[in-house]
Order: sequence, then structure tokens, then C-alpha cells
Amino acid sequence: MTTVAVVDYGMGNLRSVAKAIEHVAPGAEILVTADPAAVRAADRVVVPGQGAMPDCMRELKARGLDAAVIDAARGKPFLGICIGLQMLFEHSEEGEVEGLSILPGRVRRFPRDVMAAQQLKVPHMGWNEVSQADAHPLWSGIADGARFYFVHSYYVEPASPESIAGSTTYGIGFTSAVARANIFATQFHPEKSAQAGLRLLANFMDWKPA
Amino acid sequence: MLAKRIIPCLDVSAGRVVKGVNFVSLRDAGDPVEVARRYDEQGADEITFLDITASSDERDIILHIVEACAEQVFIPLTVGGGVRKIDDVRRLLNAGADKVSMNTAAVNNPDLVAESSAKVGSQCIVVAIDAKQTSPGKWEVFTHGGRKNVGLDAIEWAQRVERLGAGEILLTSMDRDGTKNGFDLELTRAVADAVGIPVIASGGVGSLQHLADGVTKGRADAVLAASIFHYGAYTVRQAKEFMRAQGIEVRL
Repeated sequence: MTTVAVVDYGMGNLRSVAKAIEHVAPGAEILVTADPAAVRAADRVVVPGQGAMPDCMRELKARGLDAAVIDAARGKPFLGICIGLQMLFEHSEEGEVEGLSILPGRVRRFPRDVMAAQQLKVPHMGWNEVSQADAHPLWSGIADGARFYFVHSYYVEPASPESIAGSTTYGIGFTSAVARANIFATQFHPEKSAQAGLRLLANFMDWKPA
Repeated sequence: MLAKRIIPCLDVSAGRVVKGVNFVSLRDAGDPVEVARRYDEQGADEITFLDITASSDERDIILHIVEACAEQVFIPLTVGGGVRKIDDVRRLLNAGADKVSMNTAAVNNPDLVAESSAKVGSQCIVVAIDAKQTSPGKWEVFTHGGRKNVGLDAIEWAQRVERLGAGEILLTSMDRDGTKNGFDLELTRAVADAVGIPVIASGGVGSLQHLADGVTKGRADAVLAASIFHYGAYTVRQAKEFMRAQGIEVRL
């Protein structure tokens, strides 16, 4: 039986993520866990997260989960969601905190002047379109430009454009999904994105990275 | 482009949807999870549960509903009503709510907005504002279902809760609520223009044109309605098709 570890570092609504995966993969064993050994033992790892990036990094480290997450991102199918995407990068403007530095790049806030000039609200909250950069297996069966649910004030700016898997426009164009080897990570919340999101989670459960 | 959101609102008491919901072909019109699932099928962008339970003994029932909903409905869920302390916020989020809405508690204890948004993130904290017009161009904040004037200017209060860390404002016109005469567009626009966080317009929807007006004239980021959907007058999909025909960006 496939085991999936949903990494619990005390930030955010993990139940929804676990239930959405359970919904698309009823045969899988889904563990919401704060135990680094369980993360290491799992076949697939999901790192969700919401709230402030400094708090997330602090809690991740306090629970000794950072090394297990880094290991998982190196070797097994790995899905990051929201802060679980942002923490893959080197640095975040939110609290000027260091991330896990698995991918090169930074996390920035939506620029206040651009947003104000266009009368756009922050957080970027709601359903927006994601342009797919390439034919990644996690996009299988999902229309290019399909809408997903976002809620965030910061976005990632990868230093290596080849890791960009999806992009979205909100005042500025920003990276809304990244992919590299066994890693896929999204700024949007697939667990809250109705059919498109469930399809992405099903694709993740079927994914066999080369 | 970001879509404008349509949010059906369900009043829940003692575990049941109240005010009546008359969908055709629904086995049990009073079951909140079944109603939420039906709205999800129609294309609702979020669901809001308002817990209007009077007795504190029944408070925990909403947690079970939220848990069941999170197992079956994969769109964002906001829960409001009876939220008084940060522990209430945490328990609702842990049960599966994505956002928690607070109203009277925020007025009585603004620190709760600051404390809870610092702990769980602004994106989870909605402040509900019930406003009533007191003179031309001026609205004041009321609690207790519009009976108690708490002596706050609605626009100033909206700006203050934004500074305190609220991620969104649910703005209800007490003058229009239940009238089916449409949103108070002047109020909606005044608040939407005064803050940098999203504003949900509420109170008074009787037609699809009212929903569209909330976005185009009121400049709301989202529109909330109850009875026009509950009684089967329109589906959420019909509302979205109507809005799209008027050039409004929606998720269809």
C-alpha cells in the first residue's frame, strides 16, 4: 500500500489536504505526521502550509522536520502547497527569513504600488488562471488556463526559469507552480480547487518521476 | 484574471440548515453538508456557514459539520457565528474550515483580530461588519442582529480591522438584509475603496442583476447571497452565466 506523509508542523489546515488525497486515492494510507521518521518512511510526501513563513520555518525546525523534508525533496514524489512551495526557496521577504534552499530563488511580496495603482487587493484571494509551462504529468487532464484557488500575499521568484511549471497574472505575472525532478509545488491550493485540484492530486498519486 | 467570487451562505442551527432550503431533488434539504455539496456542484466559489445556534451546549455541533464538509466538499469553507476566543478559531480551522469570521467579538475585543491573525495568518481571519446608514454618506456598526449601535463608523472600523490583520471583510447592510432590494452599493463601494483587502458584499440580493451590481457598481471582490439560491430561484451557475454576459470575470 502506498503511504503518503502529510507533514504536520502545526501550521494550517492539514485535514483538508489529507481528506482530498484520501478522496482521490482511497487505497492509500495517509498519515498526517510530525514524526521525521514517518516522513522518511513514506512513499510520497506532501508539505502544505499556511500562515506566516517565519512561523512555518521556526515550527518546522523546532520539530526536527526540516532535514526530513529536505531528504524527501531529494528523492521521492514531493508535493509542496502554498508555504510548502515558498519554503523550498532560499529567502523570503516575509520576515526576511531563510528557506530550505532546495531551489534557487526568493519569495517576494506583491508590490504595494503596482497593486494600489490597479486597485487590486492583497491577499490575492480567489480563483485565478494557471498557464501551464509544459506537459508535466501533474497537469494531465487539466486544461491549460484552468482556475485554481489562491490565497497569499507573497509569491516565489525562481532563479532558474526551467523550474517554472505554471504562471498566473495578478497585477504582475508570477510563478504559480514549480517542478524539478521529483518535486512539484503550487502556490494555489489543489485541495480547495474543486475538480481541477482533485485531478492534480490524483495525478500526484499516480506520478512516477524518472 | 482573478474571478469575482459567488458565495452561498447557509444559516446553521443545532446542526441543521435553517431559513429553509428548497432545492429540487435533494434528499434532505436541512443537512448542511448535502446543501454545501449541491452548491459545489453548481460551481460555488466558496461556502459560508453561519452558526446561529443560541445555546452554548450546541456549539460543538458545528465542528462536526465542518469536519464532514471538509471530507466531501473541496472548495473553501468560511465559518462564522459565536467565535469569541482564539481557541474557537483554532478548533474551527482544525476541523477543516479555511476561514473564520468574527463580528461581535472583534468589536468587543479588537485584540482578538490581531492575536488570531498573527497566530493563524491573516488569510484565515474574516471580520464581519454589520452596518446601518445613520445619515447620508455615513454608516455605523451594529451588533446583535442590527439592534445595538456600538458607536463605530463602518468605514473607519473596516480600515482599523485591516490594520489589525484581518484578511477579508464580510460587509452586510442591515438596511438591505432580507429586503431583496439589492446591496447598499454606496456603502459597499465606500468600504471597498477604503481598504486594501478583499470585501464581500452581503445583504439584500433579490435578483441576478443585484449580484452583478455588487461587483461593477459596489466594487466588491465577492458577493454573498442566501435566499435566491436556497429557494431554487436561480442556481449559482445561472448567476455566473448572467455575470459573465455583463463582462464580469467568473469561474465557469
